[in-house]
Amino acid sequence: MTAGQLADLLDGRVADPDWLAGAVDRVARDPDALAALFPAAGRRCGRGPLSGTAPRSETGGTDPAGWTVDDAARVLLLTALPLSGAALAEQVEAVYRYGSADEKRAVLRALPLLDIGAGGVEILHDAIRTNDTRLVAAAVGPYARHLDAAMWRQAVLKCVFMDIPLTAVDGLDRRADGELGRMLGDLADERRAAGRTMPADADILLALIGDLPPEG
Amino acid sequence: MRIFDPHIHMTSRTTDDYERMAAAGVRALVEPAFWLGQPRTNAGAFTDYFDSLIGWEPFRAAQFGIRHHCTIGLNPKEANDPRCREVLGLLPRYLAKDGVVAVGELGYDSMTPEEDEVFAAQLALAVEHELPALVHTPHRDKHRGTLRTLDVVKESGIDAGMVVVDHLNEVTVGSVAGSGCWMGFSIYPGTKMSPDRMAAVLREYGPERMLVNSAADWGRSDPLLTLATGQAMLAAGFGDDDVDRVLWRNPVEFYAQSGRLDLSATDGQPAAFAGNSIARGGN
Repeated sequence: MTAGQLADLLDGRVADPDWLAGAVDRVARDPDALAALFPAAGRRCGRGPLSGTAPRSETGGTDPAGWTVDDAARVLLLTALPLSGAALAEQVEAVYRYGSADEKRAVLRALPLLDIGAGGVEILHDAIRTNDTRLVAAAVGPYARHLDAAMWRQAVLKCVFMDIPLTAVDGLDRRADGELGRMLGDLADERRAAGRTMPADADILLALIGDLPPEG
Repeated sequence: MRIFDPHIHMTSRTTDDYERMAAAGVRALVEPAFWLGQPRTNAGAFTDYFDSLIGWEPFRAAQFGIRHHCTIGLNPKEANDPRCREVLGLLPRYLAKDGVVAVGELGYDSMTPEEDEVFAAQLALAVEHELPALVHTPHRDKHRGTLRTLDVVKESGIDAGMVVVDHLNEVTVGSVAGSGCWMGFSIYPGTKMSPDRMAAVLREYGPERMLVNSAADWGRSDPLLTLATGQAMLAAGFGDDDVDRVLWRNPVEFYAQSGRLDLSATDGQPAAFAGNSIARGGN
């Protein structure tokens, strides 16, 4: 997913396309303009589904299926910033810090598209500490490759705990290991002892990785 | 009965309240930024609180199918603490947010010069951001405080129709009725209005520009007193349409002036968690 592809997907779906084009121009010239333009994207562009192909919960990462129009508009605004590296990370962090939940979700979705390397990883840590399913789900997308193994496993386990579908987790097939299997197994034991069940997708994952050797 | 509570502090309420409110017909509400009982001592405590009003609390409300909006402002009591004054400079960032439908709560507590200054500065912010203003009237010296409030509103140049003067009663309603401002009433045990007295005020002044709220917060209060007021209105001979106007259409009309009121059905995501506790937060 690139900014160009996002712009194509937004074509014809934005309530006020002139506003968005003007906002992208302004941010490209004056990064400080972002503070007022970023929150306004919902009411100027609309909040409907972007593609209508899949509900948000069934997709993760930067797959636009399940995104909303304001998500994509905000990601475009972030990619228009004429900054990179630490300066860009600082600006993105400020937008996230003062963002509403919708704005925070858009920042999380934008991270893999921004030239900041691992500079946004603290933002992921913050999102994973919240109890907001929208933010936790957005935090386990492709940018989560920057999380270390322990934090990544905790994030996946938290998805299970919060009933966030595991399709939100990017790279689950590559990264799921024996230690995650052990953690899921323990959770399943705890649930069974309490007479509760696991989400179906977590049971499937446990069946796939439960027998892998745990981390040495 | 569909209910829009235009003033309630959900931060201080439990999920039991959300559940009962939804069952009683509350579909939307506005949570004004105010003091929390325990005084705050720095600007960061305010920004964390504001973040909650535009982040966590709307998420919590959505679990129960209730639309949550808020107002943002520096309240008069804490405006007197110089350590909190820095908050004024942080307000524009929050006044740009989607869920923020007014500046507030503003107004007077002890009617100090500091309160004068902060009140006027925030009315100017409301004009600049094209937002309505929610103005609290003081608990002590209320009648004088209400008159002074109306003077300050007039001097600020804000359109009277963009202002609600809140916590009114039989003594203070008359002066606000003639000002063009909206009239807010908190149905709150002990210190403010009761459902039957509210019905009597509506009988005398009519339903125009009238807002009824529970103002439920961390004190002994009841989020269902909006419903009780609707029932008291029916018992007093008002029709269903009058009740709907006071408890739904009036607050919608007032806050829609922000251009940011979003009353569309809550999105599918929270509904997917119905039946679970609060989306089973990770605790």
